[in-house]
Parts: sequence; structure tokens; C-alpha cells
Amino acid sequence: MNTFSYTRVPDVASALRVIAVEPTAKFIAGGTNLVDLMKENVERPTRLVDITHLPLAEIQTTTEGGLRIGALVTNADVAYNELVERRYPLLSQAILRGASAQLRNMASVGGNLMQRTRCSYFYDTSTPCNKRNRGAGCSAIEGFNRYHAILGTSDDCIATNPSDMCVALLALDAVVRVTGLDGERQITIADFHRLAGDTPNIDTNLKPDEMITAVDLPSRGFTEHYEYLKIRDRTSYAFALVSVAAALEMNGNKISEARVAMGGVAHKPWRQKEPEALLNGRAATPDNFQKAAEAMLRGAKGFGHNDFKIALAKRAVVRALTQAAKLER
Amino acid sequence: LLDALREYLDLTGTKKGCDHGQCGACTVLLDGKRINSCLTLAIMKDGGEVTTIEGLSDGDGLHPLQQAFVDHDAFQCGYCTPGQICSAVGLLSEGRVKGSDDIRELMSGNICRCGAYLNIVAAIEEVIANKREAKR
Repeated sequence: MNTFSYTRVPDVASALRVIAVEPTAKFIAGGTNLVDLMKENVERPTRLVDITHLPLAEIQTTTEGGLRIGALVTNADVAYNELVERRYPLLSQAILRGASAQLRNMASVGGNLMQRTRCSYFYDTSTPCNKRNRGAGCSAIEGFNRYHAILGTSDDCIATNPSDMCVALLALDAVVRVTGLDGERQITIADFHRLAGDTPNIDTNLKPDEMITAVDLPSRGFTEHYEYLKIRDRTSYAFALVSVAAALEMNGNKISEARVAMGGVAHKPWRQKEPEALLNGRAATPDNFQKAAEAMLRGAKGFGHNDFKIALAKRAVVRALTQAAKLER
Repeated sequence: LLDALREYLDLTGTKKGCDHGQCGACTVLLDGKRINSCLTLAIMKDGGEVTTIEGLSDGDGLHPLQQAFVDHDAFQCGYCTPGQICSAVGLLSEGRVKGSDDIRELMSGNICRCGAYLNIVAAIEEVIANKREAKR
């Protein structure tokens, strides 16, 4: 690891001032991804700004009837929060299917949003990677790409976003609250992460001088019909090959509102209007689920080792919807 | 934190396995919660209470989980054992286990390359059962 300085800050304003004058400084909270990347020499911050003493570790109800989750709440504390378990069970489920108990006890909500891809070439500094070093080339496109993206890919990068939590947040229409020296703003979760395009080095639309302070959940939590289906190479403690967050509002067998988001398939959690439109107002039937799955994977493209993901993702969408609708299979 | 424990405090019970948060050998309890010490910066936990495997026994008396691991032969080489036991202590205080499947899921952050999993689950199950019995 390289040498770095350490600063502990008491409030958001002081944290923002440090990174304003030292852009190579980085915030640290749980550190589960950042410290690992520093050991790998992928991240080389000149200074770590310890934000764990900032007052951002609470979960509160909002005046709109939703929930505000502070950026420093740990993943475990979100998943096991009584209000989250009762009102947003999809979110609890998704978080508990990610990482390990130890990591969930450390990792923060803000850090989960900011975590980097687990593409093995991104981690391996002896190989070219456009995300690490823009313009160097992508080793994954013609390399070992079993875990890589099949949707929204670019000629420069086929890495995936590794988060489970963010897939559920996308299905739930969460909003990310951020603060910069110019004040606060809100970014919908759909706009928070970016596609790789020709700037795969930039993962999110958070500006370099901003900080995540909270995530807001709207009032509707889809408490009756939901499923976070995660398919991986081992039963637990592995990243998703494909994951699906499905949430339905049902009236008898009729779907009044459908939400479907996927993880493990793109540079950002993936959600499209068309598949949901194909479900809204229709009956919850295997045939309709299949049509939605086909629409969800429209334009999907494999790179060799990950070709199987296209069929797998379609089946995962059908199964997640079937389980959410509580249909007999 | 892992290096601070091992290299500066000579508390070598906590083990360095992968050093990347993937194996769980370095698991310790911080203010009662299980964490990976290899990904934790000691300076950030100033004032926190760290419990390692050395701190679980009461003099010569083993912690119930330590005794259960011995009774069930829940290890072979023993390298992952301090992490397994500290993780299990955290698991018990979390109170989320309803059956053995929950133990397997919630202990998945601790890898045992000797494959002593069956006996590890049995040891933890016994301690949970004894705790429930004692409560009655």
C-alpha cells in the first residue's frame, strides 16, 4: 500500500472543504471496498477523510410517508431495521443476499452506492483497463468475461455494477440525496449510476466535490408481492451472475403495477419501461412474464464466456415475477 | 486493525488469510459486532472495544463456543477457527438463526478450506440449543 494521510472530520462542510482543496483525497466510511482497492494499488488516495463521525447514521420517516436512510447506516442496520423489514422487504432481502455478515456490519449505504466493479482486470494492475486508465484498452472484451455485462455495453468497457442493494433501490424508485459546497441536490437512483460509454472511468453522476448524505425511499414499498432473486456460482457470499428485483401491485390475478430491475448484467442496475408496460394491467401469467423477459433482454449481447447470461437472465426474470406473484410453478 | 493486533500487540490468535475480506480468518468483534479486521483501519476505531479470540475465555474456562468446537471436532488445521468462533459469537448476539440453514447462510463469510463445515454447524447449533434450554 502507498503512504497516505488521514483526517477525521466532524461535519459535512469540513469534509467537503478537504476534498475541494485536495481532489486526490477520498472519503472513507466502512472501507470494505476502498481499503481492498488500496491494497491492490488500484486506488491511490493521498488522504483518507474519515467521515464516520458525521451525523448521517439514522433512519427516519419522511414527511411524504417514506423513509430516509442516512449514508452512514450500515448495510446490516438497513436490512434488519424494523421499518425497512416491514415496509420495504425487497430491500432487506437484496441486502442480505449480498456480501457476508461481517462485511454488512461494516459497509455503509453511501459506500454501497459508490463501490467499484469487481471486474478481475480492473483489479489486476498488470492488465490494460479503461476504467483504471482511460485509453489503455479493455482486457475483458476478448478475455475471461463470464461475469461481464450483456446490456448497455460499450467498445471501451463491459464491467458490471456489483451491488445488490442498488438493484432493489432502483425497483423502489429511491432518490439519492447529495451535498456539495453549492448546496444540496437529489439524483434519482436511475440517474445515479452511468453506462460506461467512452468514459468508463466515471461510475456515477456524483460530482467530485459532492458527498452522498442519504437515500430516500418513497412511501410505496410493495410489501405483498416482491422477490429479489440472485443467481450465483455458489449459494452464498458471491456476486450475482444475474439478479432480479421484482415488485408487483396486484388486484386479484391482475397486475396493476410492475417493477423489474436487474443486476449483474450492465454497468449500472438495469430497468426499462417497456417490460413493465407489458405487465401493467395484464394478468399474472407465465406467458406475460415471458414477454416481459424478452423485452427486458432486448438488445442483449454476449462476449463469449457470458453468452449464457442472456438465457439465464430471461429465465430469472420469469422466475422472480412468478415468485413475486406467488403463482404455482 | 489486523496488523495492529498481530504485529504490535502480539495478539496472534486472529489470523491473516486472504487479507481482502474474502475468507473471514481475521474476524473480530468490534463493540460486539463481527467485522473483518483486515479491511479495518485501527485509527478509525479509536475508543472502540475490540474482542479477539484471546478475549473470549474466562481464565482457564473456555467460552461455550470454544468448548463446542472442541467437542464437535469442528476444525482440522485450525487456521480459520479463531475467525469462525468470533464470527459465531457475533452470530449468536444477532439472534437471527431459526434453523441450520440460517447458520450456513450467516456463517458464509468464514471459509474453512479443510471443509469442517458440518461439524462447525453442529457446534454452533448445540450452543444455540443450550442457550434456548437455559432460558426456559
